[in-house]
Amino acid sequence: MKTALKLAYRNLVGAGLRTWLNVIVLSFSFVVIIWLKGILVGWDYQAKSDMTNWEIGGGQYWHEQYDPFDPFTLAESHALIPEQFSEEIAQGDMVPVLMVQGTLYPQGRMQTVTIKGIDADQDIFLLPTNKLDTVVDAVPAIIGAAMAESLHLTEGDLVTLRWRDAWGTFDAMDIVITDIFSSNVPSVEAAQIYIPLELLREMTMMQDEATILTFRDPELSRPAVQGWIHKPKNVLTASVDRMIKTKTAGQSVFYAILLLLAMLAIFDTQVLSIFRRQKEIGTYIALGYTRREVVGLFTVEGAMHSILAAVVGALYGIPFLAWQAKVGWTIPMDAGDFGMAMAQTLYPVYSAGLVVSTILIVVIITTIVSYWPSRRIAKMNPTEALRGRIQ
Amino acid sequence: MTMDKNEIIQIKELKKNFPMGKGEFTALSDINLSLGKGEFTGLIGPSGSGKTTLLNIVGSLDTPTSGEAWVLDQSIGKLTAKEAAQLRKKNLGFIFQSYNLLAVHNVFENVEFPLLLLKIGAAERRKMVMDALEWLGLTDKVRSKPPQLSGGECQRVAIARAMVKRPSLVLADEPTANLDAANSHHILQTMVKLNEELKTTFLFATHDEKVIGYLKRKIYLFDGKVAKDEWVTSNQTAK
Repeated sequence: MKTALKLAYRNLVGAGLRTWLNVIVLSFSFVVIIWLKGILVGWDYQAKSDMTNWEIGGGQYWHEQYDPFDPFTLAESHALIPEQFSEEIAQGDMVPVLMVQGTLYPQGRMQTVTIKGIDADQDIFLLPTNKLDTVVDAVPAIIGAAMAESLHLTEGDLVTLRWRDAWGTFDAMDIVITDIFSSNVPSVEAAQIYIPLELLREMTMMQDEATILTFRDPELSRPAVQGWIHKPKNVLTASVDRMIKTKTAGQSVFYAILLLLAMLAIFDTQVLSIFRRQKEIGTYIALGYTRREVVGLFTVEGAMHSILAAVVGALYGIPFLAWQAKVGWTIPMDAGDFGMAMAQTLYPVYSAGLVVSTILIVVIITTIVSYWPSRRIAKMNPTEALRGRIQ
Repeated sequence: MTMDKNEIIQIKELKKNFPMGKGEFTALSDINLSLGKGEFTGLIGPSGSGKTTLLNIVGSLDTPTSGEAWVLDQSIGKLTAKEAAQLRKKNLGFIFQSYNLLAVHNVFENVEFPLLLLKIGAAERRKMVMDALEWLGLTDKVRSKPPQLSGGECQRVAIARAMVKRPSLVLADEPTANLDAANSHHILQTMVKLNEELKTTFLFATHDEKVIGYLKRKIYLFDGKVAKDEWVTSNQTAK
């Protein structure tokens, strides 16, 4: 094997440009596949991190009537906060959010919104709720940048908000936008308006009630609570997992095309080599190789393309991938249009497992592709091969 | 069949057929030969006389259709592919008409190749290669690749490759066919010297008069049969 490796290396290096063309194509596959997979892992990491920081914390309890996909359930999805959570809330490790439907009237237009009452002192979410602790003549409110842009609202604007109280009676008052925040989580920004929790409770006559309870620590075991549904963090991020899975499947086609191109080059080289290098094959046999050993040598030569490609790929790939991990990849369209947690700039994350598995897969496929045409050598007549007479 | 201890090749009733169309073509028949150790012998004959076929069988690259060919106490027809490869690897050296050097390897690597197959250590390998290159006067071409060498130099590299492992038997198929007269004589004188100094047995397949002039034994083949087998006295050979 050592001899075959040595000879294969000499043959490849000696073959010059033909070898390096194959190696460069293959190394490009390595780097692109690792980069694309890194982007997906980075996106997954970023999406889950952003969702944790902006929307779901360490997990939640939902009022049993609450359905985020059906705004009509909001009228019924509120209840008194269970006694057992009082201490956790007092310590700031659980944040109650009360949600009601409302309508905003910016510059005479009308926009249905979800009004979320949240404690100004909370620190589980990155929401700038401290801006709700502002003394103003109207109700202080914060909104996301996406909604502010679509409604042409800026900080300090007054806008009329209408809602129904617990008895179904309409009421309205002016709110003042005290802050506009940007997140990478569209569901935090889209048609959402955040006001102080106690104020919303007064406005709706829903004292001590909440729709969602978000806790900080995902590790603690959570008891079942009457009237509330426990939603662990992994359940709340399942949509991200599904999307990543779909994207991975889509990208696999791209990997397959990339690999196919590289493998075609190697297959082609091997087939041509077997015809072009007949005399050489005959010489190997005359000098003491068996035909099987020559098949092995050619297979090692083919497989060595992938080893050299990994080395060449590392030469330019490591700086490129490191640079990408630092500056990220800015999506050339508005990430908010995707409708899910996605930053405008994605930072690829590469794990040792990702790099090793990618290299292993490419090396194994290259070896198989190299072995396939090399099997013909086993059927060659060495005396004919020595004279280069095989057609 | 047993071989005399001074014999290196013994051939009995050897026949070789090749398929041709729906029938067969007989390349060799009724071959009975014996070669002793240290001989400098040639199979002489026109194209198609069967000399290369016989050389290939002796070199265990081909097998007889019937009869027996014993080389170094091994029956060629009964060897497995692995055993035949071992015989070639350890005991046989080949020199070809078109040199058959590995084009992408340099002179040193070409000569080193048989030693790599024998798994000889790096230091010893280097010494053996340099010794072989010195015999052949190629020490100044160590790093050159075959395309950078003349025909004579290529053939000298091929001889160095055949001789580097000190084989018992060297098989040379038309070794001077691509060389001019001066180079041919130089190559042949080198081979005579190696034969005399190292006692290596040489078996040629040739129809080149220059080669024939150096042979100590001439075996003439015609239509696949031995037509004449003659020894040459020392004052008849070219020097």
